[in-house]
Amino acid sequence: MARDVILATDGLTMEFRGFRAVNGVALQVERGTIHALIGPNGAGKTTCFNLLTKFLIPTAGTIRYKDRDITGLKAADVARLGLVRSFQISAVFPHLTVMENVRIALQRRRRGDSFDFWRAEKVLRALNGEALALVEAVGLTEFADVLAVELSYGRKRALEIATTLALDPEMLLLDEPMAGMGHEDVERTAQLIRRVSKDRTILMVEHNLSVVASLSDRITVLARGQVLAEGDYATVSKDPRVVEAYIGAGHA
Amino acid sequence: MADTAAIDAAPIAAALPAARDDKALHRLIFVGIAVLLIVAPLVLYPVYLMKVLCFALFALAFNLLLGYGGLLSFGHAAYFGMASYLCAYTAKQLGFTPELAILAGTATAALLGLIFGSLAIRRQGIYFSMITLALAQMAFFFSLQAKFTGGEDGIQAVPRGSLFGVISLADDRAMYAVVCVIFMAGMLLIYRIIHSPFGQVLKAIRDNEPRAISLGYRASQYKLAVFVLSATLAGLAGSTKAIVFQLASLTDVHWSMSGEVVLMTLVGGMGTVFGPIVGALVIVTMETYLAQFGAWVTIIQGCVFVLCVLLFREGVVGLIARVIRKPL
Repeated sequence: MARDVILATDGLTMEFRGFRAVNGVALQVERGTIHALIGPNGAGKTTCFNLLTKFLIPTAGTIRYKDRDITGLKAADVARLGLVRSFQISAVFPHLTVMENVRIALQRRRRGDSFDFWRAEKVLRALNGEALALVEAVGLTEFADVLAVELSYGRKRALEIATTLALDPEMLLLDEPMAGMGHEDVERTAQLIRRVSKDRTILMVEHNLSVVASLSDRITVLARGQVLAEGDYATVSKDPRVVEAYIGAGHA
Repeated sequence: MADTAAIDAAPIAAALPAARDDKALHRLIFVGIAVLLIVAPLVLYPVYLMKVLCFALFALAFNLLLGYGGLLSFGHAAYFGMASYLCAYTAKQLGFTPELAILAGTATAALLGLIFGSLAIRRQGIYFSMITLALAQMAFFFSLQAKFTGGEDGIQAVPRGSLFGVISLADDRAMYAVVCVIFMAGMLLIYRIIHSPFGQVLKAIRDNEPRAISLGYRASQYKLAVFVLSATLAGLAGSTKAIVFQLASLTDVHWSMSGEVVLMTLVGGMGTVFGPIVGALVIVTMETYLAQFGAWVTIIQGCVFVLCVLLFREGVVGLIARVIRKPL
């Protein structure tokens, strides 16, 4: 059966002054799945992630998205193709209100570029309704007029998700969506991810293995910059090399 | 350069929730400024007022880049000064009417801003500032060597001419009216830029550039756009100054002029709409009325700057904005 691959890498390599953080990674993400990238600390997950979103330029290898070679594209242009990333530390615009945070993403999607410095902000009001609906979807309605800097950590992450969803991306790359979250927030965010994964492809880096187990369709395990194992959770978790890599790296 | 740390650490003063009544307040302040401009020449010397207005516009232009673009240029004298030279040259040697001469100066600054800006925005933070400084030093050297600038003498006895060839600006009151119109127009344009769809993207990039990029904004194009806008408006201020004082000199392209505009913006409050005007007023007033102390002016200015950084890092207007909990 031919797999419907949306994102594929071949021989992806990143070298930092002789140290290979990512070494010849071949990754294939199937359309419509939740794919997790796991591995012990220093395995190269985040580097891999930054390569895929063009925040780093690979030393070697290619990246294909929807059968198009995107290796040479810039970060902003990859985002415009519908491949949108989140950040490990909550990425909001602290001095914009919650509504404005979401609206800035809608502004890009609906208007394209905004170089019109002579026009009043009023023209953006047409987007307010849609922005508020997204704010409501993540349960932040009562904070719509609050500056993002004043939100709690969990709410910042919710805002970040709402902002990302405003772009209606075809594929989402989530960098440790549960990092620093309490138990309750983890549960809520997991549900949110499951909900938004409808009609979308998600590739996430995540440390929380129970989250990975319950959410992902397929898992790729990285260790020392290379793919160690791949498969569903049951297969991967039984793989002796995976167990060894985790325990060997000090993760009991 | 020790003060960049202070700039980075200073809270952005406009960090209060924006609402519609803030806009009403701003409108009220604009009307207040207009009224003040009409009343002021009855009590104060118009030449002094025109100097304040030229520098206030310069500082407003600089603040657009620093406060809203998050870019600290250390070479804004280049746009101010080169515009001033071109304006003076076209008015004196080519017989341009004042409005055309000002336009020529402003266009020069825009072009220079485009060239220097596209080189500087490739780097971030301190490196960006250093590149702008280095390029501005090249502009200074050019001004010193080129024939048309008159070297150490500058371009003197620039004719004020007649506006549109009709209204003579030889009279200070007529000149003052023109400067007021230019200042108000410049200020309102900057206000509009800040509150435009473009301004919204600019604030997002200032707040979190990687995130803005991940939303699909090509951040460097926005940075270049605001750089050119800022340089152009700085050029408008420099050109106007050349006509008012009938002089373009090396002082206006000197690096200390770049420093002065940083000082004005910080004293008034960076990232505030009205701060740079207050800053320019304070600094120009000190220079004018403390002139009898000679070289001591610089030392007094230095003390004011240190006090500002230590006591109210948000600047005068930033402090007021915090107290009344409204963005100014």
